[in-house]
Amino acid sequence: MKFGIMVNEGPYTHQAADTAYHFVKAALDKGHEIYRVFFYHDGVNNGTRLTTPPQDDRNIVERWSKLAEEHGLDLVVCVAAAQRRGIVDPDEAKRHGKDADNIAPGFRISGLGQLIEAGIQSDRLVVFGD
Amino acid sequence: MLHTVNKSPFQANSLLSCLRVAKEGSAILLIEDGVYGALKGTQATPTLEEALKKHTVYALEPDLLARGVREQLHEGVKTVDYGGFVDLVAGHDTVQAWL
Amino acid sequence: MSEEMGGEGAVKKFMYINRKAPYGTIYALESLEVVLIGAAFDQDVSLVFMDDGVYQLKKGQDTGGVDMKNFSPTYRALEGYDVEKLYVEKESMEARGLTPDDLVVPVEVKTSGEISALMEEQDVILSF
Repeated sequence: MKFGIMVNEGPYTHQAADTAYHFVKAALDKGHEIYRVFFYHDGVNNGTRLTTPPQDDRNIVERWSKLAEEHGLDLVVCVAAAQRRGIVDPDEAKRHGKDADNIAPGFRISGLGQLIEAGIQSDRLVVFGD
Repeated sequence: MLHTVNKSPFQANSLLSCLRVAKEGSAILLIEDGVYGALKGTQATPTLEEALKKHTVYALEPDLLARGVREQLHEGVKTVDYGGFVDLVAGHDTVQAWL
Repeated sequence: MSEEMGGEGAVKKFMYINRKAPYGTIYALESLEVVLIGAAFDQDVSLVFMDDGVYQLKKGQDTGGVDMKNFSPTYRALEGYDVEKLYVEKESMEARGLTPDDLVVPVEVKTSGEISALMEEQDVILSF
């Protein structure tokens, strides 16, 4: 089965990003396909590579990057939500005159259409939020 | 349909709203802080017991354990792990998140 | 309930559930942005407003003092995007002392039971 995943909250503040991650892992372990993980609202904050969480706690951003690399996951950060919150890739930095970018490995910035497409193309769309 | 509820019944009306519109025979999965709605001996237990008459109610076990409330789980509630969560989503045509 | 579909021309029933008030959090505004972008995909879209979500449609929003964008006029523009199925849950509306006359846009008032039936028809349900 193909799952689309929507993550509406950022790392640590809400459990949504954790629950989504564990769900995705379990789905992959069962042989399902993850069509896309779409990050919206504060969920875009899962995509910054600049976090330094405590050493004795899970590293939510790196965990996503690693899972994406292992399984070829499509992690998409919504461009509009990212612009509001300062999640920037090199193209966006250039386009908007920012002096840095911060996107984490494995994530890409794209439009809300990617969420709708995930809803259309997946068998199930699961929302994790607050 | 599968409904997920992630709020404690003491914090928000999410569980009540879910129960107001969930069609009889739905599956309701309590996750994150929503697992506080799966317990016996609380003021929210009557709400749960009403729900159990009409729906199948599940609680995500890792969330019960994390919160130290596994022993208070109401006997009518089934537990699932994340794999079981995936199975529930796959086994229902649609899933709705009550946030 | 439509069968599993894929490929060109697939039309799914998308429902957007709005349960949160405007301005206190961003969910109302950003969910509307999804609806607007999503309109280009020609799916079968409906919006449900229940619980505090009914407040998103309240007339007379004046945001000057809080210096936030008043996005309530956007609900009136939805019709132009062929998003015409706006449902308000009767119980939520009445609990808040509101009537359809208090809302910025014409809506269909539905009971919880009717909302329940509508939800069961959907292929994709987005909550914010």
